[in-house]
Amino acid sequence: MREVGFRGGGFAPRNLPFAGALTLVLVVASWQIAASLGWISTRFLPAPLAIIQALVGLAQSGELRLHLAASLSRLAWGWAAGTAAGLMVGFALGLFSLARTPGLAIVSALFPVPKIALVPLFIVWFGIGEGSKLVTLGFGVFFPTVINTLAGVDGVSRSLIRMGQSFGLSRTAILTKIVLPGALPAILAGFRITTATAIILLVAAEMIGAEYGIGAFVLSAGNLYDTDALLAGITVLSLLGLSISWAISRLERWLLAWR
Amino acid sequence: MTAKSAVALSVEAVSHSYRDLRALDDITLAIPAGEVTVLVGPSGCGKSTLLGILGGLIAPSQGRVLMEGPIADDCLNPLTYVFQDFALLPWRDVGGNVALGLEAAGLSRDARAARVAEVLALTGLGAFATAWPKQLSGGMRQRVGIARALAVHPAVLLMDEPLSALDAQTRALLLEEFSALITASGVTTVYVTHTLSEAALLGQQIVVLSRRPGRIRDIVRINRPLAGRRVGDSDLVAVEARLWGLIRDDAADAAREFADA
Ligand SMILES: Nc1ncnc2c1ncn2[C@@H]1O[C@H](COP(=O)(O)OP(=O)(O)O)[C@@H](O)[C@H]1O
Ligand SMILES: [Mg+2]
Repeated sequence: MREVGFRGGGFAPRNLPFAGALTLVLVVASWQIAASLGWISTRFLPAPLAIIQALVGLAQSGELRLHLAASLSRLAWGWAAGTAAGLMVGFALGLFSLARTPGLAIVSALFPVPKIALVPLFIVWFGIGEGSKLVTLGFGVFFPTVINTLAGVDGVSRSLIRMGQSFGLSRTAILTKIVLPGALPAILAGFRITTATAIILLVAAEMIGAEYGIGAFVLSAGNLYDTDALLAGITVLSLLGLSISWAISRLERWLLAWR
Repeated sequence: MTAKSAVALSVEAVSHSYRDLRALDDITLAIPAGEVTVLVGPSGCGKSTLLGILGGLIAPSQGRVLMEGPIADDCLNPLTYVFQDFALLPWRDVGGNVALGLEAAGLSRDARAARVAEVLALTGLGAFATAWPKQLSGGMRQRVGIARALAVHPAVLLMDEPLSALDAQTRALLLEEFSALITASGVTTVYVTHTLSEAALLGQQIVVLSRRPGRIRDIVRINRPLAGRRVGDSDLVAVEARLWGLIRDDAADAAREFADA
């Protein structure tokens, strides 16, 4: 007789609490140790402490606040405009046959175009000032928002809509009480992508003709080969991305508690 | 002032095709007020299609459905469905789901809350008003489905295989509850099933449809009230046997057909 061997294990990854933060701390600590011991030349890669010092310096001089304020305001306006337009178009494509096919053709043709390549065109159209920067951002945010909203609306169960009709709900009520909440998970998932896209495009747009902004700051630090300052700017961008992602998680937990 | 609905439906020469697939063929049928009419037939014979036509969710290719009789003043949605897949909004709690049909009508907040509380108590859901649908078992979800339907004080209750997504024990328990709720409210009911024991326990008029295209093969009446009917009663067993005799060959043929939906 033989015992039956267990073969049903694995393929069930779990989220370990604090492991993410711990990993980041370990990586940064090893990096600092390697730099202090001279294993990594600080001419090639500045040590974390040097980056932190640069950050503190920027914060004390008030420079950080200036750059951050400029970037955040562009990010907020550009993202909000792109999202608002994307939601409207996404719902239109999801709800109306007349909008759907022509709209999808246009979206499919423009979505894959790298928006950064269009920046010079936007500058010609909207000037070198804020206009072209906001349009670049908004344009980049618009397309993924349309695609996610459309997928969300399409994903709303037909049987729920029929149920709504069977209880005599008006078209508006079906839209606000069934379609909108049903599409919300896909829309919020889209926010993760569009906020990350927005940060990338923000930096790209700020590298052309901007006095203030994290992108402009990183560009000028790079031109001077001031690598401490360069990485300080990159760190700010990374932290910005992390905070936005955290905020979206909170939003999801609040709005999608029913899942 | 009309206190109580007593609505009868008459189906006049209704046929329905989905593109070139003929689902229903020349159905003429009277659905009397205050009775339970059961539609049975092999799967794919057009039961759901006919129910959809009865409630105005599907426009028939030919023929029409007429509604006659008084509708109570407090009835908010005369033709009201209970769905096989429950069709609950996952983002609303039980109370919110039950309130859905009350929101369109200009009911005051208090009146709405009172109706929700009333039907939740009636269906044994009183303790679950703030639960999310995902927290409920299938049987409890369908109780929410029936509560939502009763909340609008319907004139006609249209139930499409409301038990077929549930396990056998839950089905037996819920069937008893449906029977009691329907008897108490006296609502005209059309109940679709392919389970013959359900048909015998619930039906006063049992309409047997042939396989696709669905035609009326026969109508079997049970004149005894629903209250007092028990599984295994000899007259009900005899009805079941008769229904099986009517459906058997069709069911066997239907099972060998390609499903083309
Ligand atoms: N929306 C539809 N489009 C095309 N065919 C359909 C549609 N709905 C149902 N059918 C077909 O019509 C026939 C009757 O369907 P249905 O009324 O759902 O039958 P039942 O409820 O008796 O099982 C089936 O063959 C089914 O495949
Ligand atoms: Mg069906």
